[in-house]
Amino acid sequence: MSDLSELKVPGPTEIELTKPFWKAAAEGRLLIQRCEDCSKAVFYPREICPHCWSDKLHFEEASGRGRLKSFSVVHKPGHPGWAPVAPYVVGLVELDEGPTMLSHILTGAGEPAVGDRLNMKPTNIGGRVLPAFETADEGAYNG
Amino acid sequence: MTRSRAALIGVASLKPVRQTEGETTLGMLARVSARALADARIEKDAIDGLLVGPQVGETPQHVPATVAEYLGLQPVMANVVDLGGASGPGMIWRAAAAISAGMCETVLCVLGNHRNPEAPRSANRNPIREFDVPFGASGANISYALLMQAHMAKYGTSAEDFALIAHWARANAQRNPNAIFYGKPASVEDVLNSPLIASPLHLYEIVMPVAGAEAVIVTSARRAKELGSRAVHLLGAGEKVTHRAVSQAPNLTSGPLKPSMERAFAQAGVTADQMSLLSLYDCYTIMVAATLEDSGLCEPGGFGRFMREHDFGPDGDKPMNTHGGQIGYGQPDLAGGMTHVVEAVHQLRGTAAGRQINNPRFALATGNGATMSEAVALVLGADE
Ligand SMILES: [Zn+2]
Repeated sequence: MSDLSELKVPGPTEIELTKPFWKAAAEGRLLIQRCEDCSKAVFYPREICPHCWSDKLHFEEASGRGRLKSFSVVHKPGHPGWAPVAPYVVGLVELDEGPTMLSHILTGAGEPAVGDRLNMKPTNIGGRVLPAFETADEGAYNG
Repeated sequence: MTRSRAALIGVASLKPVRQTEGETTLGMLARVSARALADARIEKDAIDGLLVGPQVGETPQHVPATVAEYLGLQPVMANVVDLGGASGPGMIWRAAAAISAGMCETVLCVLGNHRNPEAPRSANRNPIREFDVPFGASGANISYALLMQAHMAKYGTSAEDFALIAHWARANAQRNPNAIFYGKPASVEDVLNSPLIASPLHLYEIVMPVAGAEAVIVTSARRAKELGSRAVHLLGAGEKVTHRAVSQAPNLTSGPLKPSMERAFAQAGVTADQMSLLSLYDCYTIMVAATLEDSGLCEPGGFGRFMREHDFGPDGDKPMNTHGGQIGYGQPDLAGGMTHVVEAVHQLRGTAAGRQINNPRFALATGNGATMSEAVALVLGADE
């Protein structure tokens, strides 16, 4: 399997609003937004809170912990740049703060399972450090 | 008991093909529209409303005007319906609503696409592109694979359960000479032996992209009666849009078709059990599974048993996707959703040659767009 860092794949299409998110990601941190009015967590970053339409959203650092809601082992990638590392795993990660994000799932031995506890793992994908996830150590969390 | 909200008086399809050469989308829309007009046995000038899909050919804006001009129409109601695979069914109730609002009398609803080489792709710059694609998740296959895996984890669904849906689609395609998989049936084993594209999704569980076009002409029930048309009636409709990216889906195993179907059945005053035909949007096997469960025809997690207990052919006890579904017929891009409406019209008026259901009364036709995000359900009824 080739190295994820050497892939020639599309990176994030950053916009003004999401610059802090991608800057933090490059530094190995995962940011989410928090609404000051309804106190719900929001992912992906938005101009207004999708729960209450408040514009008082601020970035905060997420715990980086979550649960695998679903996953797929990708044999035939939608983008040809991913072919060198196929099969690889992507998954839906329900963050402990509430929102769900899609991410790259690093698998050690064998397939993950829905319900697995995950930890964020900053990972160089195509020359950029992105928030990937890996299965948490057995027993480290009690669900 | 039920009230006709509008009459579907003409339908047409272009035979799906894998590749085209030198076709234009406008030209294909024109051909299929002319056939629908002939099928409706009306004159072109009777059409005073036009509903089209988004981004026809290289035309990102002014789409209705471009199509109207090409067809020589001057509609008094013209619009784009942009609901992915739900666009076709979404056109039907919008046509009925425009007619009953007194804005027009007879609406052409048309979708189509070519597959010339070097088809340009639009440059997406939206949240999916920014937050999903960089992690290795491009395209719909992975999104629907995630829905499938969630269903398997929640209910213990087997790969065979899903494969049965593809098997039946291919079986029904054997009675439709226009289907892309006509002459190519597939057993459950064939489906399971086809390559894994994105686990747990196999190649034969995914629609084949084709070029094609579908058109439906809708008019008022009163006008259809005056014309002596072979009419099929819109009895109820429902629509709901919940999200775009699969990561933002409020539920991975039940979708917006559930409330859409509930509304459509309530408007029509009928139940799912009364359907003579289930014409269910099937971009992937999981979509049929989720729709069967959301319709109440089986319990959540119970579609596999339902697939084993029934015969889904035109002579069976639960005819479903008798044209082969899109899994058997091919998916002509956004026109794919309209194939389910066109087939329902053929069955309900008795023109489904070679695969006619005996005395059908009601059909459920569904559309679905994005990742179980955009939903439209229609209940159609035979002229009685
Ligand atoms: Zn809020």
